[in-house]
Amino acid sequence: MSAEEQVDGGRRHFLLVATTVTGLAGAGMAAVPFLASWKPSARAQALGAPVEQDISKMEAGAVLKVTWRGQAIFIVRRTPQMLETLDSPELLRQLRDPESKESEQPEYAQNTARALRPEYLVLIGVCTHLGCAPLSRLNPGDAELGADWPGGFYCPCHGSKFDVSGRVFKDVPAPTNLKIPPYRFLTDTVVQIGVDAEVA
Amino acid sequence: MLIKKAVIALAVALTAPAAWSAAPGGDVIQRANTNVSNTASLQRGARNFVNYCSGCHSARYVRYSRLAEDLGLSEAQVIENLMFTGERVHDTIRSAIPEEDAARWFGVPPPDLSLIARSRSSDYVYSFLKSFYLDPSRPTGVNNLVLPGTSMPHVLWSLQGYQAAVYDGQSDAARNAVHKQFKGFELVEPGSLTPAQYDQFVLDTVNFLEYIAEPMALERRSLGMRVLAFLFVFFLLAWLLKKEYWKNVK
Amino acid sequence: MSAVTPTTSARSSSRMAALVDWIDARFPMTRFMKEHASEYYAPKNFNFWYYFGSLAMFVLVVQIVTGIFLTMNYKPSAAEAFASVEYIMRDVEWGWLIRYLHSTGASAFFIVVYLHMFRGLMYGSYKNPRELVWIFGMLIYLCLMAEAFFGYLLPWGNMSYWGAQVIVSLFGAIPGIGESLVEWIRGDYYISDITLNRFFALHVVALPFALVFLVIAHIFALHEVGSNNPDGVEIKKLKGPDGHPVDGIPFHPYYTVKDLVGLIVFLAFFLAVVFFAPEMGGYFLEHANFDPANPLQTPEHIAPVWHFTPFYAILRAVPDKLLGVVLMGAAVLAFFFVPWLDRSKVKSIRYRGWIFKTFLFSFAVSFVALGYLGLQPATPVYTNAARFFGVIYFAFFFLMPWYTKIDPTKPTPERVTYHAH
Repeated sequence: MSAEEQVDGGRRHFLLVATTVTGLAGAGMAAVPFLASWKPSARAQALGAPVEQDISKMEAGAVLKVTWRGQAIFIVRRTPQMLETLDSPELLRQLRDPESKESEQPEYAQNTARALRPEYLVLIGVCTHLGCAPLSRLNPGDAELGADWPGGFYCPCHGSKFDVSGRVFKDVPAPTNLKIPPYRFLTDTVVQIGVDAEVA
Repeated sequence: MLIKKAVIALAVALTAPAAWSAAPGGDVIQRANTNVSNTASLQRGARNFVNYCSGCHSARYVRYSRLAEDLGLSEAQVIENLMFTGERVHDTIRSAIPEEDAARWFGVPPPDLSLIARSRSSDYVYSFLKSFYLDPSRPTGVNNLVLPGTSMPHVLWSLQGYQAAVYDGQSDAARNAVHKQFKGFELVEPGSLTPAQYDQFVLDTVNFLEYIAEPMALERRSLGMRVLAFLFVFFLLAWLLKKEYWKNVK
Repeated sequence: MSAVTPTTSARSSSRMAALVDWIDARFPMTRFMKEHASEYYAPKNFNFWYYFGSLAMFVLVVQIVTGIFLTMNYKPSAAEAFASVEYIMRDVEWGWLIRYLHSTGASAFFIVVYLHMFRGLMYGSYKNPRELVWIFGMLIYLCLMAEAFFGYLLPWGNMSYWGAQVIVSLFGAIPGIGESLVEWIRGDYYISDITLNRFFALHVVALPFALVFLVIAHIFALHEVGSNNPDGVEIKKLKGPDGHPVDGIPFHPYYTVKDLVGLIVFLAFFLAVVFFAPEMGGYFLEHANFDPANPLQTPEHIAPVWHFTPFYAILRAVPDKLLGVVLMGAAVLAFFFVPWLDRSKVKSIRYRGWIFKTFLFSFAVSFVALGYLGLQPATPVYTNAARFFGVIYFAFFFLMPWYTKIDPTKPTPERVTYHAH
């Protein structure tokens, strides 16, 4: 190899690498719009926007259902009696995850009431087993579920049971407590689902 | 080589913009000096649109939240200044009139305006809004030089006032007719804006319509500059690489 | 050779080489790459006109990729199509860019393909033994026209609707079966949601498959006989001591590297249009198509998109509807016969006489002129001009057996003319 050809080889190699790198960079940049186009579109974002609900007309013990991002959201106005039962040792013994360590909820809902304000429970009405819609059976004692039933939610598909805070019972197929969505109170009577409350 | 030059010359000639199909009377269409990078104008145009147009005309592909993004407004400002009818900020601009009623009242439902600046041209819309004139033979009392027989009333009459169309008559005795040549408009009843102010009002509105017809226009041009810059660098490298390899070819 | 050959890679025993050998024992990867790239010897004198083949393939890939992404968000129903295009333009992230790439790509495809075809006419690339390359190419062109026609209905704009209405109703001119044929094509009594949905299926599935298959066939047919060149010299006639044509160079790396430069230059023009003038003055994205389809209101003048207008001009120039349709069809089909109409022994325009050059030049001018006339309203002046240029157009084909025979050609060289560059 003459010295001249060596230099050529070096130049050729450099140009080849430089062109290839630039080309790959260009191809990468060209790929970005295609990949990004898969992100939720403005319409999806509009449809998935937070949902406001007026709760001023809710009676004690009532359940309101709204849809947010394609999911059923239950808003429950709990009675003082329901809230009392939440701490009872009898109940806690029956629950798989009474302190909501395993389940999905915002910080401000990691408490016994699993809520920002105990009176109102907001949860995602999707059974954590295989996704069926649980039925609300808020009152204790029930013809179907037995006199021992403390009140809560019951999933008809495979028999999973949850208490009045959506916490899952032991010995049922569902593995975790019902999920709590992000939510906040815009005013005393309007709850907004989809935005986290600012907790000081 | 000659053929190559001819082809390139042809390509350049063909890229000259096609004439917009001329409205009856070519000089009826005036040039609108739109500029969609003028955000202040777009904001005024948006205000004009929701106050004067969206009562009858929807802009069904335009989201209020997008206006906020592109016009440099906060969502709160958009809600307060541009939204009146209890819609949400992610919604699209809908008119208040139900379509069937509009069709009955006007004969044809007022068209959606999302794309009017692209289907007719900004010049056309600008000229249209400035070409209403008094015509007692029409049910609305006005006619329009750009779209004769339009069923749109002169919505902006309070701003522009009313104009009359002035014609140059040329009598044609042989056919017992008078050939009218349009000469110009004459303001017979002033509105709350001077003609210059009205022009600006219309220009702002048309600017806004041009923007909503293609909201990403500014972004596409700025990105285009960067893409061409990249291609230039890439071209230099590829060309040098080609030259390097082709040294071997004798 | 035994079925299981131990790795005989003469180079290093690296893992990569072993992997390649493993694949090659089961799939003709290296053999294929050699046959069609690194040991495919192409003439060394390719010029500017030879970029358009690889560019056409690139544009095909662009159309397929952007088309797939458009299909992810497009709704093929009369009620939703127009709105779905605006959804893509405004709500889908980067949707506007994907749309503009596709709409510009459609026009770019035709520009590239017309230049590619013109190269063939200039250099006699259709002559023996390359007739099948040309036939496959013409079939690709037919599929491309159908693909563009079906695709143009999909945005469901007013020009989409009326353009389809006019072109489909042309088939009604066929005596006897015409009306039923039109109804059969539409699937309905008028251009409707049903027509839209089936054109969608043809545009997105059927024709892309056909196009890809035909392109592969086109390239295989070419590689079977080897490429032509601007001098019309058959390089395989003169081989060197290494068994390769003396005037040939391996496609890879020489033409891969050269075509890369061509591609970048093309991209500069293409992307300049995409980013700065996607409507191209109303030629690439027609103004009337920003209005939704309206069966009750025809646009001021219905013209097909620019790439069909030469043939449209011929159609309109003929006073009789059926004859117009026949001549329009003949104008396209005439191309198929060129390998057999051309009686000259000489391939390339460089060695042909003034007669052929005159006819080819006039043909090119007529094609462009007819294209322009097809865009204009059919006034008497324009119609007569279209008739004039139409005659020249057809003369190019019909008189070819005669003028190519009498054309005073020059002696053809044994070797290509090449200047280092």
